[in-house]
Amino acid sequence: MADSTSMKEKEEAHWRKTSRLMFAHLGVWFFFGFIIHMFVNPLNKITIPILNFPLGFYMAAQGSLIVFVVMLFMFAKQQDKIDREFGFAEED
Amino acid sequence: MATQSSASSSDFIKNLGKMYGTYTGGFIGFIILLAILEQIGVPNKILGYLFVFFTLAVYAIIGVMTRTAEVSEYYVAGRRVPAFYNGMATGADWMSAASFVGMAGTLFLLGYDGIAWVLGWTGGFVLVSILIGPYLRKFGAYTVPDFLSFRYGGNFARALGVIVLVACSFTYVTAQIYGTGIIASRFLGMQFEVAVFAGLVGILLCAMLGGMRAVTWTQIAQYVVLIIAYLTPIVILSTKKYGFPIPELTYGQAIADITAREQQMLATGLATVAGLKPHISPFINYSPLNFFAIIMCMMVGTASLPHILMRYFTTPSVREARQSVAWSLLFIFLLYFSAPAYAAFSKLEVYTNIIGANVSALKPWIFNWGELGLIQICGKNAGSIDAIVAACKAIAGHPGVVRLQDFVINTDVIVLSTPEIAGLPYVISGLVAAGGLAAALSTADGLLLAIANALSHDVYYKMIDPNAPTMRRLTVARGLLVVVAVIAAATAATKPGDILAMVGWAFSLAMAGNFPALVMGVWWKRTTATGAVCGIIAGFGLCLFYLVTSRYFPGAGVKYFGMTSLLNPLTGAPLADVAKAMALPNAMESFPTLAHPLANKVGWFDLNNIACGLLGTPLGFAVIYIVSKLGKEPSKEMQAYVDDIRKPRGRTVLEEKTT
Repeated sequence: MADSTSMKEKEEAHWRKTSRLMFAHLGVWFFFGFIIHMFVNPLNKITIPILNFPLGFYMAAQGSLIVFVVMLFMFAKQQDKIDREFGFAEED
Repeated sequence: MATQSSASSSDFIKNLGKMYGTYTGGFIGFIILLAILEQIGVPNKILGYLFVFFTLAVYAIIGVMTRTAEVSEYYVAGRRVPAFYNGMATGADWMSAASFVGMAGTLFLLGYDGIAWVLGWTGGFVLVSILIGPYLRKFGAYTVPDFLSFRYGGNFARALGVIVLVACSFTYVTAQIYGTGIIASRFLGMQFEVAVFAGLVGILLCAMLGGMRAVTWTQIAQYVVLIIAYLTPIVILSTKKYGFPIPELTYGQAIADITAREQQMLATGLATVAGLKPHISPFINYSPLNFFAIIMCMMVGTASLPHILMRYFTTPSVREARQSVAWSLLFIFLLYFSAPAYAAFSKLEVYTNIIGANVSALKPWIFNWGELGLIQICGKNAGSIDAIVAACKAIAGHPGVVRLQDFVINTDVIVLSTPEIAGLPYVISGLVAAGGLAAALSTADGLLLAIANALSHDVYYKMIDPNAPTMRRLTVARGLLVVVAVIAAATAATKPGDILAMVGWAFSLAMAGNFPALVMGVWWKRTTATGAVCGIIAGFGLCLFYLVTSRYFPGAGVKYFGMTSLLNPLTGAPLADVAKAMALPNAMESFPTLAHPLANKVGWFDLNNIACGLLGTPLGFAVIYIVSKLGKEPSKEMQAYVDDIRKPRGRTVLEEKTT
């Protein structure tokens, strides 16, 4: 009985952490997918040195994409860490 | 026997790097060989044939070598595709003829606004990884409807899942086969209808005998071809123009040059303020609402498309499923962040070498595309010099040089013609054609498999004959694959006008039909079967209604459902005079007359119908939430299953009879 309640608690704690990670990443996703592009006009006034891109255009064409890729590799690591912490990860 | 086969399969996995490394080297060697053949005078047409037949033969050989008679191999490639390779296969699965051939052209025409598609078709993978994919992998499904049926109490939910899947995959696969036909007919000089069925044979050879297993290993080979083909021309262009071989870094300069040239064209009367759409200015083609709506629908649609989700059923573990999404996006990113460079380079080329050029001094490559009706100058197909000189003379006050408003180019031409525009050898054009073909074939394979699997596994095995022996299940699966493929090819051969627009619809339909039920199924234990079923029907129904009404029944939409004209994003003026159109005698004519003056021009809230998922999805979520709250909590067992899905460790929830 004690075992199953502690299991329940572990599951809940694990899910709380997982949910928090989910919301954090969704926040970043929403910012780089939408919010930043709402400011494209002011950002276009800034030109990236050397590369010569207007910043607003650059963020949509490349910047946000780079963020998404990096984010996904980070997410895979972070979620795996949470799973390991609670002993829910698969064996290697 | 069992140990022997698993030992040989782990050898196979270990040797993947060596095999695909050799293959990539071999392909590059093949390109060099063809380049040499070109130099010694082998005709272009032969080079085109060699390219297409060599690559098709490789895919077919892989397809036949990886045939299988095991159910789990057929449906999920035995669940042992390593994350990295699955990422590559997903990249090919994902990038269709539209990405390869159409994307850069869209960016060329729309400038900044076209980037909505680039953002939408990449950012969705964030949602796949965080919200859905790995959980479905842990669940252990063969198909997406499998999950819906288990979580939401049986075959009714399964049937809804199959309907959504077929609705969003079928038009999509037809568009891919159509793309194959276009490429093959342009580069091989085949008749379009013949080319479509030739493409069909290529697709079937890959997918039929080995199911998911064969498709996986061919898609990796196809990814290699398509990415080399996409990057080679712009790397050469970038080096030629700016002395640096990384186009993604150098095209900032090209954009600055375009902007300068735009000003110059305005000043010299080559363009009018109304006709010129500055490349970097946002919200000229789409209003901000529609720009962000497209991003949202493409992203969420990505996370709901069954042929993408099922790729993550093939990894050995949940952990690898997550890593695999990251690899997928990296491989997809390589193409998508290059597409704007493609667009910028060709736009600069067109603005400097065609606009402002004397009408009688145009380069011959234009006429190859003009003959096909893909480039128009002065309102006529640019079939020959005489034709366009005459056409331009007919325009009062024409200055004799090509003005911006005189030049119309089809979006598909940009990628396919860039090697010619830049004067590169023909071998590069052949390479691009092979790449486009690889992109279309790989996506068609994945989609066909998704449809055939849903029909054979979900409809035949789970709903019609649950006792069917393995051999018969696989035979049915293969038979259905051929049937679906032939129907899709026959549809494509009729050149349906709406087909390319429908690919965009697939995303909205998948989003409205699948997304709420999948996400709530994992993230909210309290979701009930009734809630989910109602949510799918409501969300998918609303989206479909909005699409069909605004496209095919705009008169009824205006009269009965309060739709109003969409607005011009720049001026805010209505796109169509609704009152005048409604007064016409044919105002209420609908489906058969696709040329209705209001078609695609009416709607609610000035929302394009391609973004109908933005209406359906919130409704789906709301209905699921409210109906679930009204009903009884799901059983303790079901809640325990959901807990299980959330933990990577342990057996899959759904144990499948595999022998």
